[in-house]
Amino acid sequence: MTHIAKPKFSHPNLPKNGLGLTRRNYEGVVSTLCAGCGHDSVSAAIIEACYELEIPAHKIAKISGIGCSSKTTNYFLNRAHGFNSVHGRMPSVATGANLANGELTYLGVSGDGDTASIGLGQFSHAVRRRLNMVYIVENNGTYGLTKGQFSATNDKRSKNRKGVENQFDSIDLCSLAIELGAGFVARSFSGDKAQLVPLIKAGMSYHGFALIDVISPCVTFNNHTSSTKSYDYLRAHNQVMDRLDIVASRPEISADYEPGTAIDVTLHDGSQINLHKLSSEYDPTDADTALSNLNRYKRQGTVVTGVLYLDPDEVDLHDVMNSSKQPLNSLGQSELCPGADALEALNAQYR
Amino acid sequence: MKPTDIGDPAYFHKVVDCQWACPAHTPVPEYIRLIALGRYTDAFMINWESNVFPGILGRTCDRPCEPACRRTRVEQKPVAICRLKRVAADNRGDISDRLPVIPKKKNGKRIALIGGGPASLTVARDLLPLGYECVLFEKDRQAGGLMRTNIPSFRLPVAVLDDEVERVLDMGVAPRFGEEVTSLKAVLDEGFDAVFIGTGAPRGKDLDIVGRAEASKNIHLGIDFLTSVAFKHTESIGKRVVVIGGGNTAMDCCRTAIRLGGEDVRVTVRSPRSDMKASDWEIEDAEREGIPILDNHSPKEFLVENGELKAVVFERMRAEYDETGRRSLIPSGEPPVVVECDDVLMAIGQNNAFPWIERDIGLEFDESGMPIVDSQTFQSTLPTVFFGGDAAWGPENIIWAVAHGHQAAISIDLHCKGEALTERPSPLTNLVSQKMGIHEWSYDNDVSNDHRFAVPHADQLESLKSLTVEVELGYDQQLAYDEAMRCLNCDIQTVFKGSLCIECDACMDICPVDCINFTENGEETQLRAQLRVPAENLDQDLYVSENLTTGRVMVKDEDVCLHCGLCAERCPTSAWDMQKFTFWDGTVMKGPERVGAD
Ligand SMILES: Cc1cc2nc3c(=O)[nH]c(=O)nc-3n(C[C@H](O)[C@H](O)[C@H](O)COP(=O)(O)OP(=O)(O)OC[C@H]3O[C@@H](n4cnc5c(N)ncnc54)[C@H](O)[C@@H]3O)c2cc1C
Ligand SMILES: Cc1ncc(C[n+]2csc(CCOP(=O)(O)OP(=O)(O)O)c2C)c(N)n1
Ligand code: SF4
Ligand code: SF4
Ligand code: SF4
Ligand SMILES: [Mg+2]
Repeated sequence: MTHIAKPKFSHPNLPKNGLGLTRRNYEGVVSTLCAGCGHDSVSAAIIEACYELEIPAHKIAKISGIGCSSKTTNYFLNRAHGFNSVHGRMPSVATGANLANGELTYLGVSGDGDTASIGLGQFSHAVRRRLNMVYIVENNGTYGLTKGQFSATNDKRSKNRKGVENQFDSIDLCSLAIELGAGFVARSFSGDKAQLVPLIKAGMSYHGFALIDVISPCVTFNNHTSSTKSYDYLRAHNQVMDRLDIVASRPEISADYEPGTAIDVTLHDGSQINLHKLSSEYDPTDADTALSNLNRYKRQGTVVTGVLYLDPDEVDLHDVMNSSKQPLNSLGQSELCPGADALEALNAQYR
Repeated sequence: MKPTDIGDPAYFHKVVDCQWACPAHTPVPEYIRLIALGRYTDAFMINWESNVFPGILGRTCDRPCEPACRRTRVEQKPVAICRLKRVAADNRGDISDRLPVIPKKKNGKRIALIGGGPASLTVARDLLPLGYECVLFEKDRQAGGLMRTNIPSFRLPVAVLDDEVERVLDMGVAPRFGEEVTSLKAVLDEGFDAVFIGTGAPRGKDLDIVGRAEASKNIHLGIDFLTSVAFKHTESIGKRVVVIGGGNTAMDCCRTAIRLGGEDVRVTVRSPRSDMKASDWEIEDAEREGIPILDNHSPKEFLVENGELKAVVFERMRAEYDETGRRSLIPSGEPPVVVECDDVLMAIGQNNAFPWIERDIGLEFDESGMPIVDSQTFQSTLPTVFFGGDAAWGPENIIWAVAHGHQAAISIDLHCKGEALTERPSPLTNLVSQKMGIHEWSYDNDVSNDHRFAVPHADQLESLKSLTVEVELGYDQQLAYDEAMRCLNCDIQTVFKGSLCIECDACMDICPVDCINFTENGEETQLRAQLRVPAENLDQDLYVSENLTTGRVMVKDEDVCLHCGLCAERCPTSAWDMQKFTFWDGTVMKGPERVGAD
């Protein structure tokens, strides 16, 4: 770990966003992770995404479980709300917070152990409840924090660094999320910020459950030659399915793509996702093709990245339950305590 | 762009902005680190080898290094490089056993040095350790040149000057003081193997306007006035003094005048204040002493009554700039300004004068009366005669005189050995990793956020009463330490090895100043534009790697790198390393004579 604090000086020409903030205003403390950890790149991508979306940090809640990945919430957005919870329990905390205050942007950061092992039950329910959050899994195929055990996303027959083979089938979090009704499902690679940053922006803007499974190599325990989650493996086996631009209030210049391969989706908040498929073989708005597409590539040992599934009908937990859109902490005396008559009327319903 | 050739000594040399800007290429960050460690003697020796006069320059240097200092690009003010040099000189210990050994047996070559200023003294310092015999002709009784006759003692105490001048003389200079050379031919006839001319630019410029002749008793040429004060021939001045000119000489004249009893001393300058030639800090010093500066005032006439100077009449000027930024001064049309005065000090520049050089000995002059001198070798058209300092191309300053002296000494040595003057010794360079542990470096990489520390001054009431009370007290050791910590260690280079890079982005993400990029290669202008923060400072190079695994290249903009080493700390494969780049200019002092370098 680095002993010095990151110098305060920044580049004098560092651009500012509409809030007058630079990218550096979205930083946290200096990371204590191993040098070269993919998780640090994901933190940098989150910083970039929030800077570009021009969200003030205090409008964001960052919530995590336990693991190297879950520690990273300390390394970005030091002005945001944060809750570093219990192993595998990030979804419960996020659910509670979201119900109490639906106005914040919920950014969950978890690991493959935190999500696919101990937290699989919690994860599943957050998905099926369409909790309005972006759920980022920093997926390194291992329990980094506890020194390198195989995790549930580690591919069968992949070896650990001592050469021992994993005997179990892996859980594909993206397939699972599509099955369980997530509205936005994407996969990316920590080493491809050009893809990852717009995905995070889109996920944060999406109204409903957005999963981004980021393959994020663990340089210490799972970056060896027989790993399927190493930098080299990803560089050789990454099949990019689509590129996306997210057009918020500020229009961006997007590259030219082949006509007929673009899918434009206008989100709840008015921003627009322009999705440019790089292959015409699949339709990311159709859950069945998305799933079969994923399975097919998985059998080949190819990692598909990009937006894998997108449900343009955005519905979240509050919509389903018709619960208070107004943050509970801002409800006044009359709303919280509507009086004896209201109570009488309510009780009467159940008689 | 092609991959950067870091084997070229100029590449990393340029990254050390201060050393690159220093005419004598003093290894600045190295001595600043030694000061922080309290190793003042070592810091002094590094300076002494490069610039010969650390105590003098630590008080008076024109310091071209400071505007170049990287710190100005990330913060407001440069590191106080010059004043830290003084700290090394003020706090050093005994150095007698560190000076080069002068061979008892001489090499049989005799060199004449004409003029005893810093240029000649540098030539002597460089040649004496090689066994040369150096004969110094100086018309005054003491050596030092303008450093003695013109730089006032309240800026440069005589003891400091004597100490550093004598150190050179004590190396075995054969002085011929009090001997003004009136014929170069006569010197040549003495059979010297080479002659170095370091006679400076000794003639102050004059103004031929109405009343000049009549008022001559009270109109003094600035440099002659300062010389006369230095030699205690002048000990008073009128109550009301007008100084004409906006350069450093004018600042020394006005500050000297108030110390001699001037009560109403004003500086007048033709141009707008922002265009004044004097260094900002010299103007500040004069203003701090309460001296007003009247800008846009062009002298038109000296008013004389009954043979006595009464006043100077000024025309008001206005500056106009054309599209190319070229300035012209034109009368503003406002009524003239009359400034009453008792004495005038004229400080509008210096000229060279070589009446003592015969024009028929093969030494050629150009139309403006300046000798023709080769800018690399300092040789004149007469092969045995070399020039340097203010005598070569007109008035500069001490550090340039020293730099010229070094180069002339190299040429004289080559000339005496019968070798080609163009085969200059190459610089001595070295590049060594500073890694001490996983995240430990041999240098302090924690960047200080402090602003520049002010140098304490003597009580003004006291210093204005005396010509010899030094105004600046210098940093004490604590202040020096704090100031030294502001240095960014620009000589500790970021060295990149592309073959080790796994393109994890960690270095790019951690870099506090967004120097590092992984991007498609392209032409320089295109590449500069496409970086995370476009590289708009064209004076600063891009460090471009070979192609990496993904086909991209690493591009680092050197411009505002803090040399914090965080890139190297975050790199999992040590593709980045922090390596100390040592650069010693090519000089004649080599091998055992080299001092200070470690
Ligand atoms: C008022 C003033 C203030 C200055 N302040 C600074 C400052 O703060 N910092 C700075 O860096 N520079 C300063 N300078 C400039 C600096 O002093 C000169 O650039 C520098 O001294 C030049 O060195 P030199 O060796 O070329 O010649 P000089 O220092 O000019 O020395 C030339 C010597 O040659 C002698 N000489 C001349 N002709 C003959 C002859 N025919 N025979 C024998 N001897 C002869 C002269 O007596 C003199 O001693 C100042 C200059 C002036 C005028
Ligand atoms: C209830 C509980 N069980 C077990 C642990 C031990 N533990 C800490 S982190 C971790 C796995 C983390 O793996 P992952 O989520 O993939 O994070 P990574 O470190 O790989 O980023 C485990 C098992 C714990 N902290 N709490
Ligand atoms: S920061 Fe230090 S090394 Fe860098 S230019 Fe300034 S004085 Fe020189
Ligand atoms: S040393 Fe490295 S991390 Fe620090 S400023 Fe320079 S390039 Fe950036
Ligand atoms: S940290 Fe090292 S390995 Fe990673 S991108 Fe930078 S130089 Fe390459
Ligand atoms: Mg993990």
